[in-house]
Amino acid sequence: MDLTVNRKNYSFDGSPDTPLLWALRDHLDITSVKFGCGEGMCGACSAHVDGELKRTCQVSCSEATGKDITTVEGLPPKVAEALKTAWLELDVAQCGYCQTGMIMAAADLLKNNGNPTDEEINDAMNKNVCRCGTYGRIRKAIHLAATRL
Amino acid sequence: MDRRSFIKSSTASAISLGVGFSLFNNEVIASNTYFGNPWIKIHQDNSITLTNSRTEMGQDVYTSISLLIAEELDCSLDAIRIEAAPFDPTNHGNAMLGGLQLTGASTSVAGSWGSMRKVGATVRTMLVSAAAKKWNVAVSSCSTNNGYVMSGAKRARYGELVDLLRQEPIPKDPALKNPADFKYIGKDIPRLDGQAKVDGTAIFGADVRVEDMSTAVLMRWPVVPPNIHGGMAVKAVDKVISYDADQARKLPGVLGVYRIDEGIAIVARDYHIAQQARKLVKITWDLGDTSGLKDTETIMRRLKDAAAVKPGVVLRTQGDVKKATSAATSAHTATYELPFLTHANLEPLNCSARIANGELHIWGPMQNPHLAHTVGVSISGLPPEKVFVHVTFIGGGLGRKAEIDFVQEAVAIAKASGKGIRLMWSREDDTKHGAYRSAAYVQMEGALDAKGGMTALRVKLTSPSVISRALPPFIQNGVDPFMVDGLHNLNYDVPNYEAEALIHEVGVRAGAYRSVGYSVNTYAIESFIDELALAAKVDPVAFRLTHLNGQPRAQAVLKLAAEKANWNGPQKPDRFLGVAQFSGYGSFIAVVAEISLDGTEPKVHKLVAAVDVGRVIRPTQLEGQIEGAMVLGIAGAMLNRVTFKDGVVQEGNFDTYKMLRFRDTPPVEVHIVNNDNPPGGAGELGLPPVAPAIANALARATGSRLRTLPFLDV
Repeated sequence: MDLTVNRKNYSFDGSPDTPLLWALRDHLDITSVKFGCGEGMCGACSAHVDGELKRTCQVSCSEATGKDITTVEGLPPKVAEALKTAWLELDVAQCGYCQTGMIMAAADLLKNNGNPTDEEINDAMNKNVCRCGTYGRIRKAIHLAATRL
Repeated sequence: MDRRSFIKSSTASAISLGVGFSLFNNEVIASNTYFGNPWIKIHQDNSITLTNSRTEMGQDVYTSISLLIAEELDCSLDAIRIEAAPFDPTNHGNAMLGGLQLTGASTSVAGSWGSMRKVGATVRTMLVSAAAKKWNVAVSSCSTNNGYVMSGAKRARYGELVDLLRQEPIPKDPALKNPADFKYIGKDIPRLDGQAKVDGTAIFGADVRVEDMSTAVLMRWPVVPPNIHGGMAVKAVDKVISYDADQARKLPGVLGVYRIDEGIAIVARDYHIAQQARKLVKITWDLGDTSGLKDTETIMRRLKDAAAVKPGVVLRTQGDVKKATSAATSAHTATYELPFLTHANLEPLNCSARIANGELHIWGPMQNPHLAHTVGVSISGLPPEKVFVHVTFIGGGLGRKAEIDFVQEAVAIAKASGKGIRLMWSREDDTKHGAYRSAAYVQMEGALDAKGGMTALRVKLTSPSVISRALPPFIQNGVDPFMVDGLHNLNYDVPNYEAEALIHEVGVRAGAYRSVGYSVNTYAIESFIDELALAAKVDPVAFRLTHLNGQPRAQAVLKLAAEKANWNGPQKPDRFLGVAQFSGYGSFIAVVAEISLDGTEPKVHKLVAAVDVGRVIRPTQLEGQIEGAMVLGIAGAMLNRVTFKDGVVQEGNFDTYKMLRFRDTPPVEVHIVNNDNPPGGAGELGLPPVAPAIANALARATGSRLRTLPFLDV
């Protein structure tokens, strides 16, 4: 089966019910999507599938085939630049494990809402967990990125 | 650093050099000629590689320790490459943790402050001396700046001096910079691993990709691991009575099922297949007697019963608590209960191992490469120099990844299967097979005089030992130093004080959890101090200030936190403040929590901290560490607990072991008192005062006191 990740075509020979997360990580060696819970409860594996924010542990390869899968490496340059720069300027990452998922969720939020309030950020990002406790800095970084988009 | 280190490294021994681990998956590594020691390599192409002795798990040692070296080497960190240290305790051991190559206990920066600056200064001194000889000028005419040695109009980049450096003697006491001349320490230079952590190139444990690596999962004995004293690498006991893996073996993509002492391992093409296969394996376990672990209540009752009848070890006695109490105007007692906690790092445990060509390689998120090497040698049977430990970035450690159970399992599976394997723990595995923050029962007694002054304080802690199992040499005279943090070194000035600690095992594996003993003891002490202040009708900040007589740094942070939180000013009508403070790791902190009432429960709106960690290496990092630890402190105060039924941990994924999320994370403010004292620890400082500050705010709001954690019924 074919998987299109970051505009590149890959052929995946595993079972069609394989969650996209494990096709990406264990077969395509795209490790920026992280495993945290396997149940769609932490957001570490967040990616965009046909432009929609998805937990890749909850999407099967049969659902994902033929669609555009975007991980943090494939974000549109302008959005990627705004978010990553804001993250770096505010020294957001600590262990960093959740942050690629956070950035994918933040990109999705900013696509739909160019100037979110703290409340709207909390609502949009509530499914993403950071055990290092960087939530406050992420809120600030999203505000900062929003001013530049 | 001694000459031996240098000689060993200049002969490029396999252990000291050349096998540091690249932490990025897009990195091009300079391989040209260099001069080096175990921490610094100066390459002829002018690039510089630093080797980081400690493991980066979010606490920023990757940048902070590099800054110490770079400051004295006198070069900016812009063009520096940093790799993770190989196993080499002679050079990378942690003097504050018995020489083990181990990251933890907030020792990294404090323990590197002298040694790593000296490493940098040594090489800088040699560079200057080499340049002076090359140019035939006096050493005193030479200076350095950002990777160059200069004398008059002459300049040489450090890389140009590589050949000459080899002839240079190693200075014994190289001059360190005057702190007033620091160019990098204390400045907000960006975090060096920040870019890799936002673009996805940072390599965490399970991101290691080497040829022919399969995925493994392990079905473990379902009963919570016991807290058997005697060493972290205690061999597992095979508890499988019988098992049937025929169906699992037939599943396409399954490469093998293996019985090891730790359980039944499934090796497969990917994690999904391995997890599917797991459902097809039938195991009959010898569950043993779990009556003592019947439920959480039984476990807590066993702690309470022991506390009532068994004496502990007396940690500190001053004055006469009994006499002072009988002479007091009022005497008070209270007991506090804390649950077991699990680390719940977002990166579940994982470890990769491969035995091939007479070598064992271990890759993983290890706080403890030292004992990883030890178990690697013991399980593989290979000579020590044939066992290589590659430390990756850690996706959250919090103490859990200082354990080596996950390493032990990975090596055992690699050996049994003959394959290179990447052992993955599921989230449920991670929760149910923890090395838990000890549950604890803490009894407090206190006495007040007629003026409302505290004349006596007594504390007895009863809990499983934190460190007896993992690192028995740390136990001295029956005292577990990690368990008693905050008791023997209580910072209050009270004329009559007694502290006692009783180790009582209840059959649950305990381990280090961020802030370790302080996370337990500060909750009890700071809640109780507040109870005494309220009983004495003295303002809780004023009461503490009085009894922190002779502790100017503790008083200063307390005053600052109170001021920044507007302690004495008007509050919003539905808001209430509570305060707590403690000193530990050579550092000082006070926290004020602002809450409102949600029914009878507290809702946290803001935390304000003031900290003094001595000299600040990177201010943003310090703020971030305190913020993050306070947020973890809120999770522990409000939500987190591990419960048991018939010996089995009841929580599994994040639906049952709840994470603090965006909506429930209030703004947290950090105010820094900067000074010239040597740096203390920062990573664990923020957590302990949070739970008592919240409980104290609630008590001021309602008069009702939360003496059992967590506060919410989850």
